[in-house]
Amino acid sequence: MNIDEALKNITDHFGSRILKVSRKSAKRAYMDIYPKDIVDVARYIFKDISFRFNIASAVDDFDGLEIIYHFSHDASGAVISVRALIKDKTDPHIDTITEVTRSAWWIEREIHELFGIEFDGNKDLRPLLLPDDWPAGVYPLRKNFVVPKRDSRRE
Amino acid sequence: MSHKAHVPIGPYHPLQEEPEFYKLVVDGETVIDVDVRIGYNHRGIEKISESKNFDQSIFIVERICGICSSSHPIACVQAIEDIADIPVPERALYIRTINQELERIHSHLLWLGLAGHFLGYNTVFMWAWKYRELICDVMETVTGNRQNYAMLKVGGVRRDIEKEHVSYILSRLDELLPKLDMLKGAVLDDPVIHARLKGVGILTKEAAIDYATLGPVARASGVDIDVRRDHPYAAYDRVKWNVIIREEGDVFAKTVVRILEMYESASIIRQCLDKMPQGPIDSNPKDIPAGEGIGLAEAPRGECFHYIKSDGTNSPVRHKIRAPTYMNFPTFRETVIGQTISDATIILAGIDPCYCCTERMLIVDPKDKAIMNVEELIRLSQEKTARIKEKIGTK
Repeated sequence: MNIDEALKNITDHFGSRILKVSRKSAKRAYMDIYPKDIVDVARYIFKDISFRFNIASAVDDFDGLEIIYHFSHDASGAVISVRALIKDKTDPHIDTITEVTRSAWWIEREIHELFGIEFDGNKDLRPLLLPDDWPAGVYPLRKNFVVPKRDSRRE
Repeated sequence: MSHKAHVPIGPYHPLQEEPEFYKLVVDGETVIDVDVRIGYNHRGIEKISESKNFDQSIFIVERICGICSSSHPIACVQAIEDIADIPVPERALYIRTINQELERIHSHLLWLGLAGHFLGYNTVFMWAWKYRELICDVMETVTGNRQNYAMLKVGGVRRDIEKEHVSYILSRLDELLPKLDMLKGAVLDDPVIHARLKGVGILTKEAAIDYATLGPVARASGVDIDVRRDHPYAAYDRVKWNVIIREEGDVFAKTVVRILEMYESASIIRQCLDKMPQGPIDSNPKDIPAGEGIGLAEAPRGECFHYIKSDGTNSPVRHKIRAPTYMNFPTFRETVIGQTISDATIILAGIDPCYCCTERMLIVDPKDKAIMNVEELIRLSQEKTARIKEKIGTK
């Protein structure tokens, strides 16, 4: 299956739930969806057309928090990145995809602590990278987080 | 009454590139559950990268890992090149390939040496690390550094491979290959190593796919993936080589995959030196436009993934880095449960986390009093080898 067939399968299967498809290059494509559709789309891409889950990456953007789920198909070299924009920055929520693949276990924990996004249904959202006594409500990869200046004279 | 005991390992111990904390739950000698905690050495490189320009980002990511220190930069420059379809001259692609493969040989030798040490085969450790020096010498001659080569830049490479370097690299490879044969024989033909590694820490193909494992860990479980072939970059599509696959999924299969991959790497380097065309090594790109790009590269441990989003200024808006061990690591839970504690060390080593820091490991009884340290845990592993040797009658 090459990237054209994969994109066609996905858009045929989900119809208007796929908001936009943009081809970046011969083997790379980006796809916009609503956050509520992520589990269905991830299950279809991971289970039905056998893509590998590369990783998810979140971005703190002007109009919301965006999570991009990257999937690749190794037999054809295709990479499809599925973009879900969560508009509510104060209480962001999205469903977990750990039911689809266990490989999302750690990255959901990581995004949860670094961006403050709740993954509904994920029971293990303990801190992964940050210390246990990290203050609640402080998310270091949000753009409004300023890295504290170190004063070397005091150390 | 339950006889379960908790065995904390770490956060400082010698098997990992960075400090990690394991909590093994054991019943007698059998591991029945495991939990992992990472982040003790989290440096916030993704955040730092947002405040640096694109050239500095490459410098920063080169310092993520000291062992595979050209894998992150190549994934990073490819992500930036992907944003704007920046061309790379042909000669630079070959130089990148040679650099990557030299690194793979020295990284696999490093792993083999340490795996040998944990099994009580210190000769393998000495040999592997001795002959790894041949590759480090080549790196020092060609790039100026044993590690952190600083060879890569967006649009090409920083240094050329000179004419006199070509014969030097070839002579060093000629010297290395007979030694590799010797190591291969010492490891793969040894009945004791068979007894210690075969059937130990099996990762099934289904689990390997579900956990989205990468690199030698996936290939040892029969998952036919290799970024170099599947998402061709550098000059990998211009040379002939094989992807090494094993079906068994145990630690022995992972060892076989890594040993045989070193031969493929040597073959790739020879072909590249032979085919490398003359010409420029840098396309000197100027500005990075707004957009996003993904860079994939096969590090010695598996796929490195970099995602970079640019808004047209000279620093990234977002730089996501995913190292291969991040995906391979959670499989430890799958492979170690049901095994004995003396095998936990080598199963953990089987996924090839980097072994940089000299750290310590403790076994603590339920009252949190230390009763065992790293030397003793390695001794446990080495004693098991000695018992097997006695049983099957070799010295």
